[in-house]
Amino acid sequence: MTLLDRSAPAGEQRPTHRSRAALSAGLVALIGLLAVVCFFSITMGARGVGLSTIWKAFTDYDPGNAAETVIRELRVPRTLIGIVAGAALGLSGAILQGVTRNPLADPGIMGINAGAAAFIVFGIMVLGTQSVSTYVWFAFVGAGVATVTVYGIASFGREGATPVKLALAGAAVTAILSSITSAIVMTNVSALNELRFWQVGSLAGRYFPVLWQTLPFLVVGLLVALGTGRALNGLALGEDLAVALGQRVRLTRIVMFVTVAVLCGAATAACGPIVFVGLVVPHLARMICGPDYRWILAYSLFLTPVVLLAADIVGRVVVSPGELQVGVVIGVIGAPAFVLLVRYRNLAEL
Amino acid sequence: METPTSLDVPTVRGGRRQRRRRATVVTAALLLVVACLFVLTMMLGSYYVSPIDVITSVLGLRDDPTTDFIVRDLRLPTAASGVAVGLALGLSGVIFQKLLGNPLASPDFVGVSSGASLFAVSSIVLFDASSSAVSGSALLGALLTALLIYVLAWRDGITGYRFVLIGIGVSNFMVAIIGYIVSRAELYEARQAMTWLAGTIGQSGAGELRTLLVAVVVVIPLALVLERPLRTLELGDDTATALGSRVERNRLVLIALSIVLIGFSTAVAGPILFVALIAGPIAQRLTGSAGGILTAGLVGAVIVLGADLVAQQALPTPLPTGVVTGIIGAPYLIWLLATVNREGRGG
Repeated sequence: MTLLDRSAPAGEQRPTHRSRAALSAGLVALIGLLAVVCFFSITMGARGVGLSTIWKAFTDYDPGNAAETVIRELRVPRTLIGIVAGAALGLSGAILQGVTRNPLADPGIMGINAGAAAFIVFGIMVLGTQSVSTYVWFAFVGAGVATVTVYGIASFGREGATPVKLALAGAAVTAILSSITSAIVMTNVSALNELRFWQVGSLAGRYFPVLWQTLPFLVVGLLVALGTGRALNGLALGEDLAVALGQRVRLTRIVMFVTVAVLCGAATAACGPIVFVGLVVPHLARMICGPDYRWILAYSLFLTPVVLLAADIVGRVVVSPGELQVGVVIGVIGAPAFVLLVRYRNLAEL
Repeated sequence: METPTSLDVPTVRGGRRQRRRRATVVTAALLLVVACLFVLTMMLGSYYVSPIDVITSVLGLRDDPTTDFIVRDLRLPTAASGVAVGLALGLSGVIFQKLLGNPLASPDFVGVSSGASLFAVSSIVLFDASSSAVSGSALLGALLTALLIYVLAWRDGITGYRFVLIGIGVSNFMVAIIGYIVSRAELYEARQAMTWLAGTIGQSGAGELRTLLVAVVVVIPLALVLERPLRTLELGDDTATALGSRVERNRLVLIALSIVLIGFSTAVAGPILFVALIAGPIAQRLTGSAGGILTAGLVGAVIVLGADLVAQQALPTPLPTGVVTGIIGAPYLIWLLATVNREGRGG
């Protein structure tokens, strides 16, 4: 810990350091908050349901009862997908920011989610893949290809992968992928019709099969991701120092990028491309708990699902009885946060 | 200018003359290629017209109602908008890249096109607008978005770096809302909106086209006048200031120029990706260091006309121009990756 304290940037914006007890208490509170959000996510919507109905839906399920069916078939899977996808995006964002030492790294802005989405569309439209189990693999490949390409393009030139270059490379790759996607769907009206719903990230209409197919990958990915905290702390000191401390930097990087590709691929397969949430939440976590990546990862794990589910609930309430997809709500909230970050944070900080 | 003491004066002069000659030859060759593609665009289609007929019909030297109708009314607008859009995109892109010192800085990605797209898609889906109203709102969208980005990025002056990042943030915001609007639309409107979003040069009416041509004709001389300050700005802010350049004002004017061009071209053809990104570097490769921004504009015109010929004639089903240029972008990025570019102030 002493080493980390010294690594904190000297000067105006010295990050806050709280005691381990305070941080643990905060984490417990956060888990409580997640439980509350889950409760609202299950009860609120076009059809409000009470606590007793939820209880009955699981203990004494009556298939004839519409409210109970809504809970079992729609609300619960939706909430669970929100939790795991949110956790995946949050941890990916935190890892990307750490491994690229770039405060603006985000799976959405770097085009990783767009890569997964484009490959899924390709799999469905061209190869006729129907089952979720197959298209999850397309998502992984897409996310992996996008990660490598974007990081590769951004790393050329003297300064390596600066925030601007990463963001531009992400935008460029996203643009190419969307061209290819529209070339595929332009000639096929039903494909176009499917794509326009798919390309807005949403938690609605994704059911248990999607969850079961993506869950194993997400769980493994999340566990590996949580274990990267120490290595990220090392990288935060700079590559040379990390090597001097005995870290195998290249191996660490590869493991992290693979983890990010798996997490983003699975999350995108589950709920479509969602931008900004992986950017903003790790920053919130960093504001709360300082520069130690072990805490940042732990906080991101619980805080991102809270934000994602809250956005989903907002989307359901604002235009009730219709709904605003969670990708739209996050986009509308996330963009101002991004602008604030660019304007007011010292970007050389990581 | 004092003559350099350590170098042989005739050698330096000779080298400069050689570079200039190369630039002139390349520019002339590009003009010729643009002219050929322009004529070729009007020749091909479901009914073949010979090159002589095309030229005489466009110049009004002959009176043949059938050919005149096909050439002047059906194909000339597409060909002319191809040239104008290509010029506008190439110029706009090269100005951006030189200002920001980054080969990836293209106005496509910094939110201006997505602002135009948001306004155009809203007018198609929400107001069922006619094609000229769609163009008008796209132009309005481009200008308002640029203004928004400029205001958001302003903090004791503008740095290109902040401008690009905030532009990308704003762009993602616009894309989220476009996605929502398209997912809420009726299927036929969604289809129309997505076709517009893919970008194609054959979709505008004569009125919008005339506006674009006027804009290009006004802006090109202005851009050429500003080429010298642009070259000074390329040396970096400190050097430019030391050389007596009014950095902030020149940069503002050049950004505005670039945005007007991209706004008009998006209004006419929709967002045609990557032309602004690749025209500048290609022109630079062709002409060497002496190349001007006009060369980049001509390269842009060649790319757009060529891409449209491929999209309309070479493929089994005709596709929007923007899809083809977008796919051209992929190998370019890979090339960028492979050559591990040494240039660029980057940051």
